[in-house]
Amino acid sequence: MIYFVDGLLWVIALGLGLVAASRSRALLWTSVREGAVDCVRLLPRIMLGVVGSGYIAALLPQEVVGRWLGADSGVTGLCIAMLGGAFTPGGPVIGFSIGAAALKGGAGTPQVIAYTIAWALFAVQRLFIWELPVMPERLVWLRVMASLPLPLLAAAGAMLLGRP
Amino acid sequence: MSTEAPIQRRRRKTFDWSSATIAIAVAVSAVVVYWRDGQARFLEILFGDLVLFVDILPKVLAACLIAALVAVLMPRQTVMRWVGAESGLLGIVIATLAGTICPGGPITIFPIAAAFVAIGADTGAAIAFITSWTLLGYARILVWELPFFGGEFVIWRTLISIPLPIIAGLLARFIAGRLVARKKSEGGGG
Repeated sequence: MIYFVDGLLWVIALGLGLVAASRSRALLWTSVREGAVDCVRLLPRIMLGVVGSGYIAALLPQEVVGRWLGADSGVTGLCIAMLGGAFTPGGPVIGFSIGAAALKGGAGTPQVIAYTIAWALFAVQRLFIWELPVMPERLVWLRVMASLPLPLLAAAGAMLLGRP
Repeated sequence: MSTEAPIQRRRRKTFDWSSATIAIAVAVSAVVVYWRDGQARFLEILFGDLVLFVDILPKVLAACLIAALVAVLMPRQTVMRWVGAESGLLGIVIATLAGTICPGGPITIFPIAAAFVAIGADTGAAIAFITSWTLLGYARILVWELPFFGGEFVIWRTLISIPLPIIAGLLARFIAGRLVARKKSEGGGG
């Protein structure tokens, strides 16, 4: 599955490259050089984000997280879940493993949904490492503002539909 | 304005204060882990994450190339018509659908979204696209979420999330509209 994603990305890149080459060689080379330079500029950040977040995650007390998000923690639990999501380091494994550990440790489903959605949408570390370097600042902050109510809406949806 | 006008792409320094802040947090955490859990654990985390880093590299390169190529190849009229400022709710729905099928990780999605905005996509549509990729992207659900949470939780979470990208897109448009209106009433130019 992971290789499938890699493959698909490269098929898209190659397809676009062929279209560019069919217009003009110069167009292709300028774009490829620009893309490659962007990639090199991003490397230090990615290194920091991927290799560094493991250490931050190692310091997080996972059992405590589970207790705070208990099924009867109500709105307070939801708010803690959102804050927790925002301040969980943004590596791909960390938020999911904390969420899964919390669910196993007796956390409520709406709280875990709020946590994973908050973490997915506005983890602070990811904002700085991945998003601000490559997108216009205005777009990033607008996106964060528009995303703020979403974890609560999803939790409310989960409560209305009943516990999965 | 000609459609061939050069695209204004955002250039950033390779390293800045935000990276420096994270670097300090990482360094402190690494020292604490070393001191608390010992060298073996320290190296285990380092090598585990280095493998992940190497795994991510080809994706990053592919995404940067796609973003650069999309920026020069996409006909701007088409982008503006489908997901531009005048595209209405349909533009946001199209962006949401695009987000669910677009492969890759955060580092692939943000440059592509930025490239679309640079060639005339509406910010609301771009935000719906990112939100949809984050919450409904099939690759992310299959590769990461399913193994950790199991089927039942993931299906519920996904069903509940379906309307969220559209809400985010509409909300972003609303906020952007208010900001523009305020700026105009203050007489400031953007």
